[in-house]
Amino acid sequence: MGRIQLEEVTVHAETADGDLLVLDTTTVDLTERRIALVGPNGSGKSTLARLVNGLVEPSAGRVLVDGLDVVDDGPAVRRRVGFVFTDPSAQLVMPTALEDVALSLRRTHRDKTARRAAAQLVLERFGLGDLGDRSVHALSGGQRQLLALAGVLATDPDVLVADEPTTLLDLRNARLVGDLLLGLQQQLVLVTHDLELAARCERALMVDGGRVVADGPAADVVAHYRATA
Amino acid sequence: MTTLPLGAYRPGRTWLHRLPAGAKLLALLVTAVVVTVVRGPLSAVGFVVLATALVAWSGAPLRRTLRSLRGFALVAVALTAYQAWTRGWAPAVETVGDLLGMILLATVLTTTTAVDDLIDVITWALGPLRRLGVDPARVGLAFSLMIRALPTTLEIALQTRDAARARGLGRSPRALLVPMVVRVVANARATGDALHARGLGDD
Repeated sequence: MGRIQLEEVTVHAETADGDLLVLDTTTVDLTERRIALVGPNGSGKSTLARLVNGLVEPSAGRVLVDGLDVVDDGPAVRRRVGFVFTDPSAQLVMPTALEDVALSLRRTHRDKTARRAAAQLVLERFGLGDLGDRSVHALSGGQRQLLALAGVLATDPDVLVADEPTTLLDLRNARLVGDLLLGLQQQLVLVTHDLELAARCERALMVDGGRVVADGPAADVVAHYRATA
Repeated sequence: MTTLPLGAYRPGRTWLHRLPAGAKLLALLVTAVVVTVVRGPLSAVGFVVLATALVAWSGAPLRRTLRSLRGFALVAVALTAYQAWTRGWAPAVETVGDLLGMILLATVLTTTTAVDDLIDVITWALGPLRRLGVDPARVGLAFSLMIRALPTTLEIALQTRDAARARGLGRSPRALLVPMVVRVVANARATGDALHARGLGDD
């Protein structure tokens, strides 16, 4: 399993009201397969997750994924770390489902026919095999999120970071996506407000006010969050 | 549901679908030059009829395509009036006819060609420009994003309109435009994040 290290990481953001401390001097070492990040809105947990893929760069300190610095080795880190957003609409950049997955495979499959065949296989793996030619705009919310996942996992990353991937889904699709995420072989960093889902991870971090205020077995951290929320 | 003519590839087995993407792009380019050079309202009307026939042949739902041109109709009316006033009716018909015909032909291109194929063609065609610092893969990706942006922007516009109506502000241009622009920009930023996260453009 991979190793994600945050060493004395601080993140500041510039706002209209001045400098805002988003994440305060955070040091964590994540080696478990499934890690949940929980906490109130605006606590800094999405920022922490975005650091892992280099979407957010630390103002101070450094972030390493399997020893690679997310700032200095950005492209190599992004090849290892996939990212799934809350709203899949922004993540789907091609007109049809098959083309979107094929786009992810451009780096590994130069031949068009092979690329499309591989993309079709990925779609079938995610139960979307019949929707390859469907416009991404014509898909349901659950199908869009599954497609976003398929597009990211098509390249077989070592780590998957998912930022509230079930928030916009109905109960059935939320369970479907949640079960799928927890069943992945990849190391998973899951930002979620679904505490049942979080409790099924091996480890959880509770973030509040830009600090990690609880860290440990997921069931314990979720119980702590429930008690203090 | 989007009604825009562009960005809606429909798989099919027509001759137009089987034609290589490069040939279709080249034909579109040549046609654009020809219709600009050839003068007169009759040729423009003939061009529109031909382009409409090709849309029907491509498998694009003709009624929906024509309905989606309502937005262009507003521009066409204004353009026709201006051209007729400044240059006369014949140039007005020619200008609007040529524009309409090209929009319809572009619809044929996107209806019968997968964006993946278009990216390949653009990447190949821009290959020689690598020496000048152009990244063909990035240009191809930008092209696909441009096509995708059309239905996305329309979807945002419709959602914004519904939100304004729900608040009793359906007739306020400010209530429509400001949130729409903000959301379009936010969507563009989110798309940029998504591209970055997927490592597209890293190579």
